[in-house]
Amino acid sequence: MTDQTHLFIHKDRAAAEPVRPTRAKPSFSLHRLPDAVSGWLLSLPLALVLFFFLVLPIVMIVVVSFWGATEFSIYPAFQFDNYEFLLTSPVTYQVFLNTIKYALITWAFTLVIGFTVAYFLAFHVKTLTWQIVLFLLCTIPFWTSNIIRMISWIPFLGRNGIANSTLISMGVIDAPLDWLLFSDFSVILAFVHLYTLFMVVPIFNTMMRIDKSLIEAAYDNGASGLQTLTNVIIPLTKPGIMIGSIFVVTLVMGDFITVRFMSGSQSANVGRLISNDIALLQYPSAAATAVILLITVLLVISILLRFVDIRKEL
Amino acid sequence: MTDKLVSKGVSRRSILKGGAAVTGAALGSGAITGFPTIWAQNIKDVTLRQFGTGVSNLNEVAQKVKEDLGFTLEMTALDSDAVTQRAATQPDSFDIADIEYWICKKVWPTGNLQAMETSKIKNYDKIVGIFKSGKLTPESEIAQGTAPHTVGFVDGPDGKAFAGEETGWMTLIPTIYNADTLGIRPDLIGRPISSWTELLNPEFKGKASILDISSIGIMDAAMVCEAMGEIQYGDKGNMTREEIDKTMAIFTEAKKNGQFRAFWKTFDESVNLMASGEVVIQSMWSPAITAVKSRGIPCVYQPLKEGYRSWGGGIGLSKSLSGLELDAAYEYINWYLDGWVGGFLMRQGYYSAVPETSKNYMDENEWGYWFEGKEATGDITSPFGDVLAKAGETRDGGSFLERMGAVACWNAVMDENQYMVRKWNEFIAA
Repeated sequence: MTDQTHLFIHKDRAAAEPVRPTRAKPSFSLHRLPDAVSGWLLSLPLALVLFFFLVLPIVMIVVVSFWGATEFSIYPAFQFDNYEFLLTSPVTYQVFLNTIKYALITWAFTLVIGFTVAYFLAFHVKTLTWQIVLFLLCTIPFWTSNIIRMISWIPFLGRNGIANSTLISMGVIDAPLDWLLFSDFSVILAFVHLYTLFMVVPIFNTMMRIDKSLIEAAYDNGASGLQTLTNVIIPLTKPGIMIGSIFVVTLVMGDFITVRFMSGSQSANVGRLISNDIALLQYPSAAATAVILLITVLLVISILLRFVDIRKEL
Repeated sequence: MTDKLVSKGVSRRSILKGGAAVTGAALGSGAITGFPTIWAQNIKDVTLRQFGTGVSNLNEVAQKVKEDLGFTLEMTALDSDAVTQRAATQPDSFDIADIEYWICKKVWPTGNLQAMETSKIKNYDKIVGIFKSGKLTPESEIAQGTAPHTVGFVDGPDGKAFAGEETGWMTLIPTIYNADTLGIRPDLIGRPISSWTELLNPEFKGKASILDISSIGIMDAAMVCEAMGEIQYGDKGNMTREEIDKTMAIFTEAKKNGQFRAFWKTFDESVNLMASGEVVIQSMWSPAITAVKSRGIPCVYQPLKEGYRSWGGGIGLSKSLSGLELDAAYEYINWYLDGWVGGFLMRQGYYSAVPETSKNYMDENEWGYWFEGKEATGDITSPFGDVLAKAGETRDGGSFLERMGAVACWNAVMDENQYMVRKWNEFIAA
């Protein structure tokens, strides 16, 4: 989850830092340097940060994924045992499928909810003040830890929880619904609850930048509300949707704690495979799983990016 | 490291009440004969870092150590997997490892722990037989699994291989142990439970749970499969690949049929599952039963006819411990076996390695209830003040000899451990 946020923070910092000295000493202006050199200098801080905190750790993970492990230690080697076990075990495929299933379903729900909320904020709320107030309201639950927000579902959904006792007293059901908790339902519910804001924010952001005159033009030309939505608003909101989708998909695919708690440890995703391996000191095997997960996530993102050229749209 | 510890201790010393420190020093020097009084003064400056599972890493113990011995004990409580990991990979992060015997079997070969001289242990002769010869009474049969005495001794100070008998060099000084069984909610089950097979009884579909710590979970699973008559094990504590496959097949099928409500990994999870009524029968630990009961919810640690799955824990010393810190650690161990901690633990339902010294710290009613299996003559309270039983009640499972005498299997690490772990992961993912 933090990877992306960090990335953005680093970007801001990196962009801000090199500018400052040039202001202080105008005689040392960047204009004197050839464009190529100043370009390299400007990108240097970010490049260094990314190299030390992103590239190096990943290289390390890839290296360790070829190592061997005993019960209590790991030793350098170059062997394919970890990958062989991983890629030949039917459980791996099952778990990856499960992970992708969670990601897809969560993505669909967060997209619909996130888009609706953003649409309401951007087009139905007329004054900027109210837009800001309502937007802040959306973020308030995120001031608490996401683990607490997740765990608070457990007493709510339990066999004798609030949801079941309310439904029973209303006469809707006779016996408690067991599938409310410790099931795929509860896992996805928690995911949707936790990650919808990551969809709302970028979509709202792009919607706010849509020129209102385009919508007026659509109406003037006789487009219905639905036609305006599908022909004007959705195409122009695509970059926001794509950024939100990348957030949600990567967050869900890398998660392990939500799946562990909300499924009562009964379901597995790739994150749990990795955390189990680490708990049992099988670092090389964990690293191999992490490498495969990384490749999978990169594939998914590259597929998403084929639909929209974020660079061009931003 | 020594410098750091000493300087840390000095700042703490200012908080220490003079009286307590003097008493501590006096007690300290009195406890072990032959140590010069001079270091009883220095010992106040020592800080020992102990880590282990939650069962015995209690702040009350650290407080009492400060009062009685004068030095500071820093406690860190982790789950079993994390404890193993830390003992194996971060030898410099601790001075005292409070670990279980099966963890010791895994960790000892790393060389991160040092053997301890039994001649320095004052109460060594009074330690129960389970940890020395392996036999509770001369007639006892030794149970399957990693029985503590099989990994309790090494040949010498630098011994790597475990010795089968008493050698004078111990890997862990035993401190705490118990016999585990299934916990049930008698109010929600409403009939007697007497066998491990009940865990997979379809009657409790969606209301059963098992713990998700592979090395312990597999033993509970084996107890169930053996009780069902599905599998005859050569040694449940050291299964063959075939036995592991069969066991996991039976449990995977049960899981797919919706037998389990959830799996738990930490103490708190097991308490919540039981107290909320999500689960009515599950693998459980003794203090978790106590925690459920203290909320006013009926919960029984049900003795079963096939016997108990038992575990034992002890204190191991880091390889890097030497000089004053090492002496302090020995003093701590002697204090540990001297009875106060034993009484404290026994009043929570565990057993002390030297029960006879613990007796001095328990009243007759407590000793009768917890150790002898007698009817309580008055309220039985936990060390934290919760009432656990009222007059006339007896302990689930009876006396010490009845309970520890009916151990079917010890928590274990198998030769096929890595294979088992992979199969267990598949079971969880299935």
